[in-house]
Amino acid sequence: MTRVKNEKKFTTISIPTPLAEKIKKRIKGTGFTSLSSYATYVLREILSGMEEETGEAFTKEDEEKVKERLRALGYLD
Amino acid sequence: MPKPHGGKLIDRHIKKESLDTNGLCEFEIDTNLAEDVVNIANGVFSPLEGFLCNNDLENVVTEKRLANDTPWTIPILLDFDKNDLKEIKEGDSILLTNKENGVRALLDIDEIYTYDKKTLAQEIYRTKETSHPGVANVYNMKQLLAGGKISLLASKPRKFDEYNLTPKETRILFKEKGWQEIVAFQTRNPPHIGHEYVQKTALTFVDGLFINPIIGKKKSGDFKDEVILSSYDTLMKHYYLKDRAVMSILRTSMKYAGPREAIHHAIMRKNFGCTHFIVGRDHAGVGDYYGPYDAHEIFSEFPDLRIIPVFFRSFSRCTKCGGVVNDKICPHDQKYHINFSGKKIRELLRNGETPLEDMMRKEVAETILKFDQPFVE
Repeated sequence: MTRVKNEKKFTTISIPTPLAEKIKKRIKGTGFTSLSSYATYVLREILSGMEEETGEAFTKEDEEKVKERLRALGYLD
Repeated sequence: MPKPHGGKLIDRHIKKESLDTNGLCEFEIDTNLAEDVVNIANGVFSPLEGFLCNNDLENVVTEKRLANDTPWTIPILLDFDKNDLKEIKEGDSILLTNKENGVRALLDIDEIYTYDKKTLAQEIYRTKETSHPGVANVYNMKQLLAGGKISLLASKPRKFDEYNLTPKETRILFKEKGWQEIVAFQTRNPPHIGHEYVQKTALTFVDGLFINPIIGKKKSGDFKDEVILSSYDTLMKHYYLKDRAVMSILRTSMKYAGPREAIHHAIMRKNFGCTHFIVGRDHAGVGDYYGPYDAHEIFSEFPDLRIIPVFFRSFSRCTKCGGVVNDKICPHDQKYHINFSGKKIRELLRNGETPLEDMMRKEVAETILKFDQPFVE
């Protein structure tokens, strides 16, 4: 780790100018300091929301072993 | 149930027989680091598979995220001095050992690098003052860092193992109980009425409560681990539905990093399978280093955290309302309020006195008073 911040890896995307203007108006007086910080926030939110929930990858054998321990410890009846 | 942080629950256990460790350089690590190793192996720190390399550390320090943009706020680091590992270079494997925990783990070293302690302290703890315990720890760290994946070969049974569940186990437990939404409560103290109020208020809106005390290194005057666990056992036996609340411990050291640590605590509970996480006033704070609600505000920087913070402000008992209140629900003057002072409760218990039932359940107080010495000396 160095004292000086490393050059960040950013890329540029293009959005329609009227949309950019709308966003600039929208973020006035909020904590967002730039169009980029707003776009980053929104994209992170949307992408993480698209993650599928649940669907554990435990094998039946694994699960049985765990349940046995949970029963022995009184966590399960 | 939420996916583990980063999408996959990490499992870095490996059978000893499948690996020849003869001739590997052994490096004895302290108990805190050994706990980090076990937490990595069990998936508590998912998606981490080992100690941070420089690229990740840089990003955690400056952006509060790993290099791949996954939220991560507390660096998990392995420090050493040149003399500790004289002949070792990047690409080598070494054996990490700890006598107390019986930990034996393989570390495949991807990178050996230097770091700046002042920058690390300032960015993580927002101060360089050595009176901050987290900063003091940073300044006590050795000069070099080693990053790379670990594989846990062995660890020995320990005190309180009967309370110790891994994320895999809690996820299966929650599924068996039929809980979809689970709120996690972190603690370092026996429960008073205020804690119970917070837990039950949150539980009202979800399926289950996961009480998750942090167990480990303590400072003088703190409650002993066995006291915390016994007092919660008592509270749960008398005042909680068995099918709505469970408790298991978390072995990790407190960093006192305030807001950054609140995010870290939430991530660990997400890995245990929780959907919600209770964040109180001055969560993981120490002294006056952080504002009382900094640990609430930081969550707005993480729209992709995928665990819902449940914010609680300070609460007290209102003699007019006749119950536990907070500043959003009670119109009465402060003179009617009794604060849940941990200091006051400790003082009474230290003198062998039972706190008022307005402050602590009688059964809980009796459980604590059964211990000859409930406090760490």
